[in-house]
Amino acid sequence: MIRFWQRAGHAALVLPLVLFLGLFFVWPLLTVLEQAVSDPVVSRHLPATTAASATWDRKSVPSAEMQQAFVRDLRAIDDDQTLGDLVRRLNSAQPGFRTLMKKTVTAARDSDGPLDLAEVDARWRETAFWRAIAEATNPYTDRNLLAAIDLQRDPSGAIATMAEGESANRTILLRTFLVASTVTLATCLIGLPYAMLVASSVGWRRQLLLAAVLLPLWTSLLVRTTAWYILLQDQGLINSTLSALHLIAHPLPLLFNRTGVIIAMTHVLLPFMVLPIYSVLIAIPKNLVPAAASLGAGPIRAFVYIMLPLTLRGIASGALLVFMAALGYYITPALIGGPKDQMISSVIAFYATGSANWGMAGALGIVLLAATLVLYGIYGRLSAANTARA
Amino acid sequence: MLRTGRFLFGAATVLFLLAPLIAILPLAFTSSSMLTYPITQLSGRWFEELATADAWRRSIVNSLIIGGGTTLLATVLGTLAALALRRRIAFHSALRTLFLLPMVVPAVVLGIGLQILLARLGLANTYLAVIIAHTVVAVPFVLVSMSASLDGIDPRLERAAASLGASPARVFLLVTMPLAMPGILSGAALAFATSLDEVVLTLFVAGPNQLTLARQMFASIRENISPAIVAAAFLFIVGTVLIGGLLAAVRQKALRTSATP
Repeated sequence: MIRFWQRAGHAALVLPLVLFLGLFFVWPLLTVLEQAVSDPVVSRHLPATTAASATWDRKSVPSAEMQQAFVRDLRAIDDDQTLGDLVRRLNSAQPGFRTLMKKTVTAARDSDGPLDLAEVDARWRETAFWRAIAEATNPYTDRNLLAAIDLQRDPSGAIATMAEGESANRTILLRTFLVASTVTLATCLIGLPYAMLVASSVGWRRQLLLAAVLLPLWTSLLVRTTAWYILLQDQGLINSTLSALHLIAHPLPLLFNRTGVIIAMTHVLLPFMVLPIYSVLIAIPKNLVPAAASLGAGPIRAFVYIMLPLTLRGIASGALLVFMAALGYYITPALIGGPKDQMISSVIAFYATGSANWGMAGALGIVLLAATLVLYGIYGRLSAANTARA
Repeated sequence: MLRTGRFLFGAATVLFLLAPLIAILPLAFTSSSMLTYPITQLSGRWFEELATADAWRRSIVNSLIIGGGTTLLATVLGTLAALALRRRIAFHSALRTLFLLPMVVPAVVLGIGLQILLARLGLANTYLAVIIAHTVVAVPFVLVSMSASLDGIDPRLERAAASLGASPARVFLLVTMPLAMPGILSGAALAFATSLDEVVLTLFVAGPNQLTLARQMFASIRENISPAIVAAAFLFIVGTVLIGGLLAAVRQKALRTSATP
């Protein structure tokens, strides 16, 4: 009995953090998901139409009751903000709604009693416009999630690719993957030999080499990005040194382009590659390579057949960490990159703060979140396997 | 030949890692308004600007308020959770994963969610909102640091205290907490550093009155870059070195006290 209460007491210590993270970490992420799939504009502001459309067959022109329900709903809307939201939502599903709604709302407000919509505008005789309204009455939608990967539903409801030039999300996703992969490759090409160098050196040399990795890691990310911003300028230290050495006649364009983003991100993320590889390397017995050499293997053969397979787990952990962090990077591309180097995070931030399109921001956010969580899951399995082996 | 190659590669990589940080520091003392070398005249005008210009001064004060609040909240929550995770409680590994997850979730996604949620809770544009957001990402660091420190405590010491009649609260206050102090302090320092450096969440949840130093630096790099940014970066680096030195001293002291019985 006492043991039970002791156990309960220990579990209670964890409750404050569980509650805190549940409220301010899990709930916000669920809110993002909700933003991505919710589409409440039409069902909220056209309640009578929403109710009436439930029984409509969606093939013939809607009944007079449904048409008058729509007119009543329009008369009930009294602020332009709501009307604007509604028109924007409908126009995105069916072009032409902007002019049609303007005409119809004016007609509805200037009269009372039943209104013949077909008289107001001939387009109300077409089912396409009514179908767009009826489809938008569903408070949940997959439009944003599909649009996040440049897909949409065609009039029949099947999923189809968006026309070229209509949306650039796939380009941005591809670019994000490309930048993240390039940075991962660059950190690996520098990080692997560097980690081997650290592991093979001793005394103060090892301390110095390790400190060189740890010091940037402890320094503010913003400070490191600022440093690169200043170094990469046209009159920055790199360009002025190169031109003082007469190696270049004109400054190299390094800022506001892809080169700068890759250089800065490689610098920022290099420690995350070096440290996992290093921790695997120092656990490898020192006599393996000499043993291989004594059996006649040259240094390259010994590296490829002995060291590389043993180091692979460290490389994989490092690569996953770097890639995962790079996918969601915002500050460095935002400050160092140009318009063509913006990654998915910048686009999400633009949708959220720039154009207040929370649906698209949420949908792209969910795509990014899902990719990150999958990678984290793989990383977790990998490091669990590492600990089990050690 | 191989040795020279190794040396050159090592030197080049160390240079790549450290040079950017060192190269910009002297620019904080330039008298010119351009961020370029050579520095013709030394001056402290940019530090003066940080101390006197309204936007910079307010952002430094905000950073200290928000950093202090985050440190307090994250240290308390993280320490309690780390104490609980020391025992085999139910859902142990699931809880641990949940607690560490804020480190990997992309900040922009969390920022959007927090902005919407905090606005719904009526906390938009308050200091509390920014402190909460920073605490979410700072807690994992406290937890990791605390767990490492608690793992090093010999449970027999606590059992001995309990067998001599100390209540669990007394055992915690007189035995566990003093032994875990280095972990608590380094966790607190990490929480403060995380808050100080946090930009993305601040971008989403802070109102115009809660702009932090990092947020102000981010904005100035985008809008009108001046050596005041490097002066701010200088403060950042000096702050980091000071906190790091303090922690190293605390750890040294802890080692010495545990070595001399």
